[in-house]
Amino acid sequence: MTKNKAQWNPTDIKEELLKKYPPKVARKRAKQIMINEALEAGTPPEIVANVRTIPGIITMRGCTYAGCKGVIMGPTRDVVNITHGPIGCGFYSWLTRRNQTDAGADGENYMTYCFSTDMHDKDIIFGGEKKLEAAIQEAYDLLHPKGICIFSTCPVGLIGDDVHAVARKMKEKFGDCNVFAFSCEGYKGVSQSAGHHIANNQIFTNLVGENKVAPEGEYKINLLGEYNIGGDAFEIDRILKKCGITNIATFSGNSSYDQFASAQHADLSCVMCHRSINYVADMLETKYGIPWIKINFIGAESTAKSLRKIGAYFGEKKLIDRIEEVIAEEMPAVEEAAKKALPTTKGKKAMLFVGGSRAHHYQDLFAELGMKTLSAGYEFAHRDDYEGRRVIPDIQVDADSRNIEEIEVTADPELYNPRKSEAEMKSLEDSGFKFKEYEGINKDMDEGTIVIDDLNQYEAEKLVELLKPDVFCAGIKEKYSIQKLGVPMKQLHSYDYGGPYAGFKGAINFYEEMDRLLGSKVWSYMKAPWQENPELTATFVWD
Amino acid sequence: MLLRHTPVEIKERKALTINPAKTCQPIGAMYAALGIHGCLPHSHGSQGCCAYHRSTLTRHYKEPISASTSSFTEGASVFGGQANLVQALNNIFNVYDPEVVAVHTTCLSETIGDDLNQIRIKAEKDGKLPKGKYMIGAPTPSYVGSHVTGFSNMVKAMAQMAEPTDKKNGKINLIPGWVEPCDMEELKRIAALMDIDITMFPDTSGILNGPLTGEYKMFPEGGVTVQELIESAQATATIALGEWCSADAARWLDSKHKVPCSILDMPFGLAATDRFVNVMRTVAGVSVPDAITHERGQLVDFISDMHQYFYQKRVAIFGDPDQLISMCEFLRSIDMYPAYVVTGTPGKKFVKRIQEICSDMPFEVKVKAEGDMFLMHQWIKNEPVDLLIGNSYGKYIARDEDIPFVRWGFPILDRQGHQYFPTVGYKGALRLLEKFVGVLLDRKDRDSPETSFELVL
Ligand code: SF4
Ligand code: SF4
Repeated sequence: MTKNKAQWNPTDIKEELLKKYPPKVARKRAKQIMINEALEAGTPPEIVANVRTIPGIITMRGCTYAGCKGVIMGPTRDVVNITHGPIGCGFYSWLTRRNQTDAGADGENYMTYCFSTDMHDKDIIFGGEKKLEAAIQEAYDLLHPKGICIFSTCPVGLIGDDVHAVARKMKEKFGDCNVFAFSCEGYKGVSQSAGHHIANNQIFTNLVGENKVAPEGEYKINLLGEYNIGGDAFEIDRILKKCGITNIATFSGNSSYDQFASAQHADLSCVMCHRSINYVADMLETKYGIPWIKINFIGAESTAKSLRKIGAYFGEKKLIDRIEEVIAEEMPAVEEAAKKALPTTKGKKAMLFVGGSRAHHYQDLFAELGMKTLSAGYEFAHRDDYEGRRVIPDIQVDADSRNIEEIEVTADPELYNPRKSEAEMKSLEDSGFKFKEYEGINKDMDEGTIVIDDLNQYEAEKLVELLKPDVFCAGIKEKYSIQKLGVPMKQLHSYDYGGPYAGFKGAINFYEEMDRLLGSKVWSYMKAPWQENPELTATFVWD
Repeated sequence: MLLRHTPVEIKERKALTINPAKTCQPIGAMYAALGIHGCLPHSHGSQGCCAYHRSTLTRHYKEPISASTSSFTEGASVFGGQANLVQALNNIFNVYDPEVVAVHTTCLSETIGDDLNQIRIKAEKDGKLPKGKYMIGAPTPSYVGSHVTGFSNMVKAMAQMAEPTDKKNGKINLIPGWVEPCDMEELKRIAALMDIDITMFPDTSGILNGPLTGEYKMFPEGGVTVQELIESAQATATIALGEWCSADAARWLDSKHKVPCSILDMPFGLAATDRFVNVMRTVAGVSVPDAITHERGQLVDFISDMHQYFYQKRVAIFGDPDQLISMCEFLRSIDMYPAYVVTGTPGKKFVKRIQEICSDMPFEVKVKAEGDMFLMHQWIKNEPVDLLIGNSYGKYIARDEDIPFVRWGFPILDRQGHQYFPTVGYKGALRLLEKFVGVLLDRKDRDSPETSFELVL
């Protein structure tokens, strides 16, 4: 960690951000805006996270339904996802997340479709269960999918439709189609995060473990928390395959029913986005004995590091050598691309405020480009995403989290099978190998940087004004207000329709993208010539 | 094939909507509210709806869309959202200082029965609504109607700001309906050419097609002012474009403040624009300047020059009722056949109107209100068309069935230009035709054998 004695004083910045708020709001926000200090001591300051957004303050967050249907289940191509509710929620989550998919040999892909019960007022008044049942039947008759998933929107919870009962009934009726439901009403929880949790719990309960036959291949892993935005998972799969590692299931990018159903056959779980899925990794370990590690395929260096970590876990020379070969093969192109971009990017400053772990991961890519991250934060994190997993036991469960179901998982009497003996695990740990660990963003950011949870539009604009970053990363809602300020803005949820940015080829794409973005002439056009030199001192050209 | 599971055989569906041709009310209310100067739209419900609506509008207009939310959690959903909204108003006026907050409801707040008017009174009493500032409200339950209904409801809430008066200010209220910011600009240009003083509401021009200057203004120049809305009762007349989008507001001004209204089709295409100009002329008592007649003549010229490419071409089109009605009339006027017409918005009148417009065709138009794109795609599979017109979601059908495609409507997520180049009025009609000819001739060039690949028309 380098000390970054900045010209600006973070305390002043924080004060400036809070100045305009009514006292109550200021008090609350003060606990979510943290100056990153005392890192050396090993205990970065505490931050408040995963709490309600403030009514009236324009937030970046979405809802539980968005996290459940949009993020986790959305990318599963061969399941029919039916939104139970009025048309809006289904419509907005229709193809808007750029989860790319390959329909595969079976050709089943429902991701381009939007299924909804389109509830009308009479369904709200008299209840929507009948309509839901009929809709499931119609979907089944029409498409005969392997699975049908039901997602509850706000009014469904209020009127008390029992979506789970309907799902159970239809599942029994069909026999050959797995039907299950999610109580992911938007008002539950405080952000998308609750929706991830609800989705993952149901996948774990209803899907994982269904396929009894182990997929073929060596060095089997699961890739958790990777959503294949812009084709990231394709690139990661390319690299894994090249190394001889078998990826059994990606949760949830380019995923399929069978992948989920086979996840228990993996020998290692690799967690990308810690926020959205760390508990699934835990459950896979408890129930089946699959250890997990945190990895990161964003950034070429991080990719190499993560591959080596996987290699070290399996500990076989054949694999370790192959991984080194692959890294050696891939890196020259990466270095070449970095060399091209560096003159433009070196010394530039970034800010990133994105979803789960992206705000953390992308700092590695920026570092490879010689760029510093001045300020960062998550849209829907919990404290452990900032402070590391060790704080999990200290996190107080409030009313908003308590209504998100927790499932109890115990070792499966038949399938539990520790992948490594205690002695093997211990010797790996003794050699510095870390299982089940996520350090959190704070530790990786410079001293004196500003970490902000649930950033809002007003603070974003102020930060940009005060700290003048060279690039700002967030989502579509933030894009154009930042750009109006004359600062390039890169979407890191949807990548501005670019990507992939994961893996080696992704890193190259990202370097090129930053080179383009930071080097673009457009940012110099803000003022017309007559606005820059308003005095009339023109001379004739022939003078 | 992107929509590979869509079968040719059509079975009736009663409960399952697939690939909707509409979305929910609040987004329309949000768009309309953005057309008031100094207005912050506010979504009374969970933050998710607000995020979705802002994202979709941002993707369509490629401009910042600010809107706040009451951020309901479970408690508010059970005990009512009053406390959240009152608190929200306090925060909004402290932090963003808008002139007016335009609140719309969502599924959630409607289902629990929150009453916006009562909450406004409460906020006023608690001093959370500063003097000289306004809160307007529109009920927009998303399980009724569609985004079009929500737009209309918010426009009506704008009309309801009008204060009773004996004064007349000689202006004309022009309610443009859900059209692009550039369309609103174009309507203002036409009015200015005719020397008619108008109050247009909503007016998103300047707000959702603003310049890049290195400065961010949460409330850009542009939009109808609160004062103008208050004075809208002083107008000579109201001209409302589009039965679905604008009629309610106009009728309300008529019945409440005796401002006589004319409800016209949206001025897309030749005939609808003719009627618009003619009514403007009559109501304002002015004559139509030559400049406008000249523009009309150019449009007629284009139609005659390119008629062979339009003649008897079959078109599938989906979108919103007011737009579809005028567009079908336009297609008929250039001898194209609207073969399939689908809107997601309910309304019996719609089907009848389209059937009337298409009554002189040699086959019957297939038209559906409360339909979806899945059905339209099945119709296309059964009997193909030469051209598809609709929002961005049409691109999946266009690619699968290899049909020339023109993006028109809402939302357009994957192209630019719709916020800058109008499609209303004679000039707008020229642009539409240019687009039609463009894709039809691109197709002809692509498909022609080398021997008949030609340079000149
Ligand atoms: S919850 Fe209702 S208002 Fe919100 S997006 Fe969904 S349909 Fe629209
Ligand atoms: S908050 Fe409710 S209504 Fe709104 S998008 Fe989420 S689930 Fe839908």
